[in-house]
Amino acid sequence: MIIRILSEGQYEIPDSDTGQLNELDDKLMDAVESDDAQAFRLALGELEVLVRKLGTPVPISVLKPSDAVLPAEDAEIDEVRELLHPDGLLPG
Amino acid sequence: MGIAQRLAMLFRIKANKALDKAEDPREVLDYSYQRQVEMLAQMRRGLAEVATSRKRLDLQGGQLKQSADKLEAQATEAVGLGKDDLAREALTRRAAVLQQIEDLRGQREALKSEEDNLTVGAQRLQAKVEAFRTRKETIKAAYTAAEARTKVNEAVSGISEEMGDVGLAMQRAEDRTAQMVARAGALDELMATGALDNAALPIGSQRDDIQAALEAARGGGASDIELQLAQLKGQLPAAEQQPALEQGKQRQEEAEP
Repeated sequence: MIIRILSEGQYEIPDSDTGQLNELDDKLMDAVESDDAQAFRLALGELEVLVRKLGTPVPISVLKPSDAVLPAEDAEIDEVRELLHPDGLLPG
Repeated sequence: MGIAQRLAMLFRIKANKALDKAEDPREVLDYSYQRQVEMLAQMRRGLAEVATSRKRLDLQGGQLKQSADKLEAQATEAVGLGKDDLAREALTRRAAVLQQIEDLRGQREALKSEEDNLTVGAQRLQAKVEAFRTRKETIKAAYTAAEARTKVNEAVSGISEEMGDVGLAMQRAEDRTAQMVARAGALDELMATGALDNAALPIGSQRDDIQAALEAARGGGASDIELQLAQLKGQLPAAEQQPALEQGKQRQEEAEP
């Protein structure tokens, strides 16, 4: 699957590796829902380290939508909450 | 559903809105390409703005550095003259100025990192737009409605996500820049109103109160005049000394209001 880290680019990840990513993604969701900034930072950091480790960068000439999109590395919890809001935020 | 999939979905909804509107997929390609070119131009303007703000911070930082150096020199001189109070005052002001410098440095680094992100994002988008342009011509050339729709969807969704990404980066940079401009303005105002005790004025452009006190401690602002007077006295014959003295006294009074 293709995962984008915002402000960084896309990574191609073997489907066999997505299990552990999903676990961390759930943690991230919990952190946002319980408004736990520290847990959020931790989960996001772990998740992105893993994506970079498991994935290979998608060549720049490839034009494909991502299956999953992660917030920028230094994103704040409020920023992500705003991102998830259905209207607004995403330009384009 | 986790955050990552929800975000991906949101990006796709945006792209699909454009796709749904068009009857002929080829229209979408041209329309999308036009928007990409606009977006790139917008990004370049955004980048220029961020760079300008950063340069302004650099300039203010330089001015503050000069003031800190000047206050340090003043403190040293005050200690030399045995004026500890004056030295303490100069050092206190210097500490305040150093704090401002430190704040500016943090802000500048944040802005620099936004600038770098934006630069990389703009380059990436530029390359993707180029790829899109080629793809669009290929799809149009080999056009059969059924096949084209799938290919158009993929290309448009892909580029629209990329545009969304750099668009977000630009929003962040704009937010940072706005904060920075507000802070820089506040600092300019502080300097202008003298709340930073004129410490931020370029060296030698104006005498501040510490400088005045130092000169007084050295023997007064009129020391030059006293010196000239002494020289005059030495040059004049004994008979003309009286008027010269009176003239000198008068000049001294003018100099010490």
